[in-house]
Amino acid sequence: MRKNLNVIAAYSIMMGLIILVGIFQSWNIALSIFNLCLISAVMTMGANIQWGYAGLINFGIMGFTALGGLAAVLISVNPVQEAWSAGGTNILLSLFLIIGIVLAVRFVLKRYQKSKIRNYIIAAIIISGIIIIRLVSEPGIEAIEEVNPARTGFLGGLGLPIIFSWIVGAFFAGGLAFVIGKVALGLRADYLAIATLLISEIVIAIIKHEDWLTRGVKNVIGLKRPAPYEVNLQETDWFINLVEKFNSGKLALISDIAERQAALNQFVIEGSSVFVKLCYSGLFLVVVIILLILTQKALYSPWGRMMRAIRDNEEAANAMGKNVVKQHLLIFVLGSAIVGIAGAMLVTQDGLFTPGSYRPLRYTFLIWVMVIVGGSGNNFGAILGGFVVWFLWIEAAPIGLYLVNLTTAGLEDTHFLKVHLIESVPYFRFLMMGIGLLLIMRYRPKGILPEKIEIK
Amino acid sequence: MDFLNALILLLNYIFVPALAYGSQLAIGAIFVTLIYGILRFANFATGDMMSFGTMVAILFTWYFQSIGLSLGFLPTALLAIPFAILFMGLYMLIIDKFVFKYYRLNKSPPVQLAMVSIGVMFVTQAVVRIIIGPSDRRFFDGEKFLIKANEFKEMTGLNEGLAIKSTQVITIVVTIILVSTLFWFLNKTKTGKSMRAYSDNEDLALLSGIDPKRIVMITWMIAAILATIGGVLYGLDKSFKPFTYFNNMLPIFAAAIVGGIGNPFGAFLGGYVIAFSEILLTYAYKKFFMYVLPESMEPDGLIQLLSTDYKFAVSFSILVIVLLYRPSGIFKGKIL
Repeated sequence: MRKNLNVIAAYSIMMGLIILVGIFQSWNIALSIFNLCLISAVMTMGANIQWGYAGLINFGIMGFTALGGLAAVLISVNPVQEAWSAGGTNILLSLFLIIGIVLAVRFVLKRYQKSKIRNYIIAAIIISGIIIIRLVSEPGIEAIEEVNPARTGFLGGLGLPIIFSWIVGAFFAGGLAFVIGKVALGLRADYLAIATLLISEIVIAIIKHEDWLTRGVKNVIGLKRPAPYEVNLQETDWFINLVEKFNSGKLALISDIAERQAALNQFVIEGSSVFVKLCYSGLFLVVVIILLILTQKALYSPWGRMMRAIRDNEEAANAMGKNVVKQHLLIFVLGSAIVGIAGAMLVTQDGLFTPGSYRPLRYTFLIWVMVIVGGSGNNFGAILGGFVVWFLWIEAAPIGLYLVNLTTAGLEDTHFLKVHLIESVPYFRFLMMGIGLLLIMRYRPKGILPEKIEIK
Repeated sequence: MDFLNALILLLNYIFVPALAYGSQLAIGAIFVTLIYGILRFANFATGDMMSFGTMVAILFTWYFQSIGLSLGFLPTALLAIPFAILFMGLYMLIIDKFVFKYYRLNKSPPVQLAMVSIGVMFVTQAVVRIIIGPSDRRFFDGEKFLIKANEFKEMTGLNEGLAIKSTQVITIVVTIILVSTLFWFLNKTKTGKSMRAYSDNEDLALLSGIDPKRIVMITWMIAAILATIGGVLYGLDKSFKPFTYFNNMLPIFAAAIVGGIGNPFGAFLGGYVIAFSEILLTYAYKKFFMYVLPESMEPDGLIQLLSTDYKFAVSFSILVIVLLYRPSGIFKGKIL
């Protein structure tokens, strides 16, 4: 108990801050911060497995997040029958062609020895394959995108409950990570960082511009929800009764019946959105706890010890007979799969998929700040990092506004400097993140909750 | 005649824009490669440092415009560049003193320095956005075109016009001057040689009496020159927007690695490799073939290898291929 005191203290302070937001701003804001904190926590756990356990640097978090989001679309949206009949066969044919190309390349790689001719053959297979695929898929894609472009214009999904997408998102991200890992994991750390960063940009480019699959920048809106809808809640009796019971004290103060009814309605509207957010919080909390238990178990298992050994001294681990390449690949896939889950959760919570919103600053670098600030190698630290950094990211604007008002109190309200500073308050979050990261890296390089190595 | 038309078409839509864009990337790539070669880390704040330099140049441009100073047909921003470089150098030295120096003296691994540079990236981005705001800004003044498409058509009697923007010419000329001075400096002067020696083998260089503090300071000054000029040229040619500058970091990295990171000449060529492949692969060749081929063989489609949406993806794919097959870059840089 005693040695975990700092963990407990840090988490209590964090929860206290969120509760303060609930009291001073509104419970709606507090809960939406809390939900995104949970999602960020899942992402940081994924990044922490890669960086903290194994020392692999992955700047492609954005790409895996987007793939998780794509999974949410492909699982939950109802299939568009017309689109399938219009161009489905072409798309399926192209899919088979892609599989064929991959098999052919593999065959050439296995069969022939390394030589210039082999490289040319592989290049020829890939280029001719791409040309054939374009010829086959183009009419199909055009036909699909013409089907009711204002509302669909894409193939749609499977029409299953969106919760399944959390698992499928993990598989999508894991699959991509497998491919990237196979080709790029041999690179030195900073090259791996750049390569993954650029590959994630390619993934986003594809998701943005392949309209037949994702609707691209036209966005997919109105995804199914695992939680009830506010509108329906506001009409159900048990919910209205619940809200009435909760606010009975405040309602009793109002004597006029019409006024009391109006107040109750107001409470029901507010309560419904809080209730929906609470449903999400519950679901996300379950995911976070399951992942936390699994990652903690893994960290203190023989496998976790092996990963740390590989991280701290690759050559020595190799000499002890550990397959470094294989383990790196495994952990790269696992970590990315967890990020994929988070991506699907994010889209589930928002109820919409907007490929244009995936930007490296928010989805890659911010997550890295979370991991470093929280404490890499320590799961509790990584989760705490997700909470702290997301909280500051959202609350930076109000804090910045307060600071600006404080420092420019002597100036008049119309003074150009004050007006300018108040206008640029949203960018104080970048400043805060940057300075926070620099300070932590300098004075507490292991993060708020540093890694503790103990043998259990 | 048709052949000439086709040639002008390619010149107008591919060669000239790619040359200008390639020069802008090349300057950025040399910046990245210098930092990597001498200070030994991948600088993720590249794009934002360039946007900081450009921002200072814009502020000076506005000041000069307000007091009525101008260069006639040349953009006023050129006059602002030297002042911007001074500011930028000061900024770089301050960052180095308070941030990077500590890690350099502790001999931290490159990854840690890269992480630190992300912190610098956030701070610089915030400073730029707080001072000048996130919106799109054009600060170009002076004569816009050197040759207008219509004038060219009248002059030569061809169907296709060739438009050359003055910013494109300025970009290319400035790049040639800047890069040749830099190579002269690195290869012929004593300081340049000591810089290369330091980059090659730090311990040996220290043994032979090279002062590391001086090398680091000069590197940051050169970096300031490159970042400011590269940023201003890009901003003159297109426009200044902090977010675009941040994104430009990615093709710049691609150019530096394709050319062999740590090798300035490779980085210079890498910029053009990236720019030309981006534009060549995403250009629609329909009109070109209409001129070249006889009428009966005219193409139906656009004859576009990839849609322009994939412009960035092209350069990144080239990078991935290069990393896989020749991790030290096309023109041998530091071995991985």
